[in-house]
Amino acid sequence: MSAVRFDNVWKEYGDHIVLERITLDVASRAFIVLVGPSGCGKTTFLRMLLGEEAPTRGQILIDGVPLKPEPDADRGVVFQRYSVFPHLTVLQNVVLGRELQLAKFTSRLFGAARRAAVDEAMALLAEVGLAGHEAKYPASLSGGMQQRLALAQAVMRGPKILLLDEPFGALDPGIRADIHVLMKRLWNETDLTVVMVTHDLSEAFRLATRVIAFERNRDRPEERERYGATISRDLEVFPRRAAEVRNLSAKRSGRDDPAEKGA
Amino acid sequence: MRLMNIKPNGQARFYLAALPFILLAIAYFVGSGMRLSENPNDKLLPALPTMAQAVKHMAFEIDPRTGTDLMLSDTIASLGRLISALAISTSAALLFGIVIGLLPGANAMLSSFVGVMSMVPPLALLPILFIVMGLGENSKVALIVIGTLPCMIRDLSMKVLELPREQLIKAQTLGASTWQVALRVVLPQIAPRLIDSLRLQIGPAWLFVIAAEAIASDSGLGYRIFLVRRYLAMDVIIPYVFWITLLAFLMDAALNLLQRKMFPWFASVRAG
Repeated sequence: MSAVRFDNVWKEYGDHIVLERITLDVASRAFIVLVGPSGCGKTTFLRMLLGEEAPTRGQILIDGVPLKPEPDADRGVVFQRYSVFPHLTVLQNVVLGRELQLAKFTSRLFGAARRAAVDEAMALLAEVGLAGHEAKYPASLSGGMQQRLALAQAVMRGPKILLLDEPFGALDPGIRADIHVLMKRLWNETDLTVVMVTHDLSEAFRLATRVIAFERNRDRPEERERYGATISRDLEVFPRRAAEVRNLSAKRSGRDDPAEKGA
Repeated sequence: MRLMNIKPNGQARFYLAALPFILLAIAYFVGSGMRLSENPNDKLLPALPTMAQAVKHMAFEIDPRTGTDLMLSDTIASLGRLISALAISTSAALLFGIVIGLLPGANAMLSSFVGVMSMVPPLALLPILFIVMGLGENSKVALIVIGTLPCMIRDLSMKVLELPREQLIKAQTLGASTWQVALRVVLPQIAPRLIDSLRLQIGPAWLFVIAAEAIASDSGLGYRIFLVRRYLAMDVIIPYVFWITLLAFLMDAALNLLQRKMFPWFASVRAG
């Protein structure tokens, strides 16, 4: 649950301008979907928000605080592929977040702490429809199940913002519809602001509170290098959607700063 | 049907795999028989009973001069050098491979250095090792380490760099520190690849242990075959070569088994 502000952000790689004049305010608890043709900088935008890349100009603020230039537990992520760890079982993948949080040196939990984390992870796995698959390795799960696992893994750590980089792009339509239902439920039940990249417009309008389109205004070959993409459309979805009041216990949030939980 | 589409079934595969071994054995014994029929004292291609006699003498009788079982003590000496050197190489390669692969600063500092070091021919360093460390065990172990370590470091650091970027980012978004990423994400995923790397280094490691033993040693499988070479004792050399090959093959098979048992998830990752 956090407001995000992009303040006149530019991203350039050498002479090549990818994004320019990005100014955007994202309300706390919003579900923002970014759409646009490929190569228009959607993923670059997400990577900057993730902290994987720094803006060339301008700054990104989360709740008024400039973003640290590296990923951290404030922002969870689900990629299209490689989002879960192939060497860990389904259960271990979900418990990992808690282990990393609580055991800074050994990264392993024992005794009561471990049991609590496992119970929490099992509840979350049941919620995303993976009950009964705890002992499997991700490679033996279908693509849809892997993405459900990736969502559970990200939510377990209690991020403020969840970033989704074409997470359902590789899934069959039927499975995608199921996972949309899950995604909406997670957004309603947890304390998340969601930013998602997709090139599926119907998916965008089905899930979002606000759809933002990126486009290059000048796209002639000789202009491509020197003019980046910018926000061309900023549509609020009607009927207006809002996240429901949280109805899950506060302990779902594994945040380091419990003082903000009530915020 | 095209040749490329003809797939042998299980039994045919077994016989096809056995065929080259059988052909080699036939070629040897035919050649040996021909030479021995011309000159019964020929030493170049000894007959099976002669080699069996030599093996019995080397492996199943106590040598009266040294009071030991020669083949056993040679094997223990060589394997001791080989295994201690590979243990050093493996643990150092794991450490440096992860550090170089994961930390861009360490990569900038060390990757070209390791690249250049891996081009130094290890055998050319052997005289230096003998001068500096003497003719004892240390120089031989050092030779094997120098011969295998740079390649293993390069291999492992590249394997770390090949891990999907998404996984390292994901771990950070779960709050992992650099140490935790190394411990929970990189190390367990590199471990099975370390076994691959080690399997590839078994051949070079044997090369270096035999080379070192051939030049300066008083025990070991390499020492023995170079010693009996003076007497043209092919009846000892051939069984020794066979034995060394068998040992190397068993080490390789054992590592393969270990990889499959310890990392059941790895096969599908490699295939994927």
